[in-house]
Amino acid sequence: MKHVWASGAAAVLLLSVGTYIGFFHAPVEQYMGITQKIMYVHVPTAWTALLAFTAAFVASVGWLWKRAWTWDYLLESTIEVGIVLGCLLSVQGALWAKPTWGVYWDWDPRLTSVAVMVLTYAGIAALRSFVDDPVKRATWSSVASALGYVNVIFVYLCVKWLRTLHQPQSSPSTVDPAMVLPLRINAFGMIFLAIFLVALRYRMARARRARELEA
Amino acid sequence: MKNKLAAGLVILAVVGVLGYLAFGSVSQNLVYYWTPSELVAAGSKAEVATVRLGGMVEAGSVVAEGGGTTFAVTDGTERVRVRTEQIPPQMFREGIGVVVEGTMGRDGVFQSKRLMVKHDENYRAPAEGEKPGTSTMVEGP
Repeated sequence: MKHVWASGAAAVLLLSVGTYIGFFHAPVEQYMGITQKIMYVHVPTAWTALLAFTAAFVASVGWLWKRAWTWDYLLESTIEVGIVLGCLLSVQGALWAKPTWGVYWDWDPRLTSVAVMVLTYAGIAALRSFVDDPVKRATWSSVASALGYVNVIFVYLCVKWLRTLHQPQSSPSTVDPAMVLPLRINAFGMIFLAIFLVALRYRMARARRARELEA
Repeated sequence: MKNKLAAGLVILAVVGVLGYLAFGSVSQNLVYYWTPSELVAAGSKAEVATVRLGGMVEAGSVVAEGGGTTFAVTDGTERVRVRTEQIPPQMFREGIGVVVEGTMGRDGVFQSKRLMVKHDENYRAPAEGEKPGTSTMVEGP
């Protein structure tokens, strides 16, 4: 439990420092002005959401292969944290899009696939609560989330493959060096935040399953 | 053994669908916007439907007139003139990417009902001595 709280503390510290540097030390973007500051949370949120669903994919393969409950706890917790991050991501994106693109939303491949991603995993989370048999629940949701992972990879790649409104991924060569540091700090901050939330949710899943298997 | 098979099948399905998306012809048949070249090539066939047109705002083409704005969208080969009654977003300027949704008119001017700015993956500090901010083309209300 000590490690769990340590990663929560690390998240708070890193996100405060990163956001502070991003807001007050990184330069103001030449065309977008102050609006671009949302990048310091939006991009780390996106990375972490995709990481959470990647962890869910690993967990689902792990369950199907090993049938160890650990994988099911991990699946349940990473899916739920991923959904929260995915919702945050969409709201941040809409807030950034309105002043820059001129619209809150459009059905471009990136935005649409993110919506499909969030809804897919929300559906799987709902499915889990409808299945009483723990083994069936773990197996069905593992298969569903492994298949849903195709779309997660599509979310990442569609801006390279297809015509989109959303710009492709930036890299340190396309971002001012003074903007890269706060972005990195916040990326680690978001990862620690996700680890913290997943760890808490994992313990909850384990406690619930223990009671369920006893009964 | 049965478990390994199940895990293997699921991974195979994921890789299969991804491969189909990557190497199949989905990306040619489903496009988010048309390029000026494609719209010009479609000729009068493009006149009926609501479509999206994407490209760069041609330098020197932006004219504000009669409560609207006209400009040309180019992909380097072809250009299409666009008219919008909308106030362009702040980021709108010559040389930036745009996606416009609307209909190709019989007069060869694309009537835009929805104008969206498509910025690229570059984030830079303003040049020495310049103020950060947005286009000077559009003044605030």
